[in-house]
Parts: sequence; structure tokens; C-alpha cells
Amino acid sequence: MSETTLLSARGVSLSFGAIQALVGVDADLWPGEVLAIVGESGSGKTTLLNVLSGRAAPGTGAVWYRTPDGQLLDVHTMPAPALRRLHRSDWGFVHQDPRQNLRMGVTAGGNVGERLMAQGSRHYGHIRDAARDWLVQTEIDPKRIDDLPRTFSGGMLQRLQIARTLVTHPRLVFMDEPTGGLDVSVQARLLDLIRSLVARFGIAVVLVTHDIAVARLLAHRTMVMQGGRVVETGLTDQVLDDPQHAYTQLLVSSVLNA
Amino acid sequence: MKGYNFAYLDEQTKRMIRRAILKAVAIPGHQIPFGSREIPLPYGWGTGGIQVTAAILGADDRLKVIDQGADDTTNAVSIRRFFARTADVATTTKTADATVIQTRHRIPETALRDGQIIVYQVPQPEPMYRLEPSRVETRRMHALADYGLMHVKLYEDIARLGHIGISYDYPVMVNARYLMAPSPIPAFDNPKMHMMPALQLFGAGREKRIYAVPPYTEVRSLDFVDHPFHPARAPHACGLCGAGDSYLDEVLTDDRGGRLFVCSDTDYCETRRADGQVGAEGVPVGMPGGAVEATQ
Ligand SMILES: [Zn+2]
Repeated sequence: MSETTLLSARGVSLSFGAIQALVGVDADLWPGEVLAIVGESGSGKTTLLNVLSGRAAPGTGAVWYRTPDGQLLDVHTMPAPALRRLHRSDWGFVHQDPRQNLRMGVTAGGNVGERLMAQGSRHYGHIRDAARDWLVQTEIDPKRIDDLPRTFSGGMLQRLQIARTLVTHPRLVFMDEPTGGLDVSVQARLLDLIRSLVARFGIAVVLVTHDIAVARLLAHRTMVMQGGRVVETGLTDQVLDDPQHAYTQLLVSSVLNA
Repeated sequence: MKGYNFAYLDEQTKRMIRRAILKAVAIPGHQIPFGSREIPLPYGWGTGGIQVTAAILGADDRLKVIDQGADDTTNAVSIRRFFARTADVATTTKTADATVIQTRHRIPETALRDGQIIVYQVPQPEPMYRLEPSRVETRRMHALADYGLMHVKLYEDIARLGHIGISYDYPVMVNARYLMAPSPIPAFDNPKMHMMPALQLFGAGREKRIYAVPPYTEVRSLDFVDHPFHPARAPHACGLCGAGDSYLDEVLTDDRGGRLFVCSDTDYCETRRADGQVGAEGVPVGMPGGAVEATQ
């Protein structure tokens, strides 16, 4: 693991019965970098995201995270409370379905403020100011601060999930198909927003997507997965403009043909 | 009640409950599961509190039982009589004279002292049960001291109502570690739990949980810096004894809308009146006419 990597995986394998979901996967993520993991469904990309984020344990191999003070933590052997603390402070997770993360019976302001309160923030006015600020950052009318998410559109829900995740300024955010299931025009706006927020706050992102266009727009580097293996990895432009592996060529051309 | 063991429960059950109590005392505010017994008592008696009381009573104890602050409600009288018969213990209505106080919905106004034990009847031991229906998840939140969700509830109250809208069973942090439901006592009583010299035991029969606050333990009501906890009481003095610091019940005095605010703690009120304190509506004890008869 290089001096500056934020997250590293080495030799990660995982089987579900006879199915090899991950086979000897290595991965590195540097601070402020956006890494896309692309592949078709069943390629192992979502399983890899879960293993990288500590949500699933690998059969063999290990994942390390470097803390701001330079300490290396083994994501899968650290105590559960410490991992949970990491998930609600340094890390964030953006789900494809925002309803999995948001509390639908809690106001937009309460949803955004929860991570602050979980971290010990005990000043209502400050929490509210931060919530209002993050609604603005994610292009939600701050007048909606006391509205329930169930009155929000799909795109707004996804932006609210992003506000809820970024309010504590995480260094690393895992994203699972963040624009999946949205209309094309809504997707474009959301991708723009994610790109500008990630750049402005220098957030490192591991992004899982089946959509080559999403990787092209957001990711500095791209990993292509097939059958649980990484078949190609490199700078996004290189991988997508000059694919070396036959499978990557197929993926890229199917986008061109789409 | 011949044919029953001392304080009704068999010794093996009492030992099991005492073990749970010891664990609870060792981890202040943490809910300990116990094998709650079926007790053939009317609903509303609070079998959790009764089992805890049965497990700790000794022959030399003096028991006080209050329900909503009063010693003379049907519940309080029945429970007191139950233990007087099954354990042959002395009983009292005087807070200062009791060694064990079993209570539902109140903490006495008279400060409890070293050596006393107060036993709370608890219908719902989990402070987050309305917010998080999964018991597995709330256990995990306790294990990790992950209480952001409880603060979200307080935040939501302020956002919607302008203030924290919890007036009973107001959640507290015990020993800066565990979030705890103080049982449905008024928030007014919460400050009494903080650094209380007496041992506080909580029994939830239906939910099969026991928890405790040892003497002199920090108990803080959750709040925000800019919306501090406020132990509310009706802004009146007791009509009978004139107390301006006690928790008050509003009672109707006739069928024409007449009403009166009186101490909910009957022992506190009577003790004050016996000492010669008189409220605006009261007549000194022992004088012709007596005190106003409050019809509940
Ligand atoms: Zn009074």
C-alpha cells in the first residue's frame, strides 16, 4: 500500500457456495480520487463495494483504510463500534434507492442533521443552519426544510440523501448506482451536482455503475469487472477510449451502439 | 395468605431476579433481560415492579406504595396489602419512613436518602421503541451508544412545535453512557433522579427487563444547548398546602367546572398541612370543616 492511498484491497476473494463472486481483487484509492467500478450485473462490482466498505466480509484478502492521522485500519478486523463510527464520520454511503438511507417519517432538516447529532452536535440552531446550507448545496429549496421526504420527487430524494451524507464532510463516500432508476434529464443534473460537490470538497469516491457514461463523467480511474475479476483498470479516458481487454471493448461499444 | 412463600415468589425466582438486579446495578441504565414470571394479579398492577419489590423485600423493611403520587388509589392500596399479607412487612405512607418505595408515574417530592430503594413500574423499557421498531437494531444502538436518532426526535419536536414536546417518560442519559426510559414519570421528576442518594430499580414485566440507577449516579435529560430541558409544572401553588414547588394535579371540585390544583404527592401535601402550611383553598388540618374534599 503506497504512502498516500486512502483505501487499499489486496487479494480479495469471496464465494457464495459454488459461485465465485470475487477472485483475487486488488484495488487502491487515493485521497480525493473518484474510482468507478463498472461491469454488468453479476460481475461482482456491488459485492466488491460491500467488501471495500466493510458491509460484507471477504473470504480471503484484506482491506485497509488510512485515517487522517496516518493510522492504517484493517476494515474487517476492527471492532464493530469503530467501523460504525467510521461509517458515520469519515465515510458515507449513497444507495441507489434513497429510501434505504433516508428516514421517510422525519423532515428534510432532521434527515440532514442526524449525522451531526450522532457525532455529538447539541446546538439546534447550528444543526438547522447546517441543514439549510446543505439543502442549498444540493439544490433543494431551503424552504422545504420542515417537509417530509415523501413529498419529494425521485431526484430530490437522491439529492437529499447526498446532503445527509455529506453534511459531516466525509473523506470517502461509497456510491452504489447513484443515478440508477432516474429519468435521463434528472440523471444529468444529479451527475453534475455530484461532480461539483466531490471536486469542491475533495471527497474520494468509490462508485459502482453499470453505465459507462457515468464513469466517463465522474471517475478519474475506472476498474472493469467480469465474473468477479478485475479485467482492466486505469485512467478512465484510457480505459474507455483505448480498451485493451475484449470485454471492455464490448462494454464500450455497446454504449456506442445504444 | 398461607401456602405462599415469603413475598409470594419462590426463592429460586427471587434469586434469578436478584442476579438481574445486580447486573443492572453494575451497568447503570442498561436493560437486563430476566425470566419474568406470570403473577396472578389484575392488569395494571405492574408485575415488573412487583417482582422486583418481592425480590428485594426483607422482613425488616417498611414499604410505601404510590400510584400517580397517591398512597390511597386502588392500585396502591392493593399492592401494599398484597405485600403486607404475603411478606408481613410493615407499611407506611410516609416517604421519609419507608425503606422501599414502589411507584408508578411519580417520584416523591420529599428527597430520598441513602439506604432507601425506589422501585419503578415500567410499561416500556426501550426509550427508542417509537422511533425504531426493531429490537435487534435498538440493542445495537445501545451497544454502540449510537443515540443520534433520539436527538432527531427532539429536533423534530422543536422544528414542528417550537419546543420539545415530551412531558412524560422523558429520555435520560445515565452515567454518560446509556439512554434510558425513566418510566412514565413527569419530566418534572427527572432532575430528582440525578445524583439521587437512593438506589433506583426499574422493572418491566411484560417486556421482561430490569434496569437500575445506583446511588449518586449522573442522570441527564436529553436536550439542546439552545433548547435546554425544562421540568414543567402547572404555574400554580397547591390549593391545599400552598406548595409552589410540587407537581400538581388538576382536580374537579364540583360539577359546575370548579377546579383545584393540588399536590399529586399526597404524603407531601399532608405532611405540609400537618406542619401548619395552608393553601388558598385549604383549611388547616383538624379545624372544623376540614380540608376541601377533592373528588378525583
Ligand atoms: Zn399540597
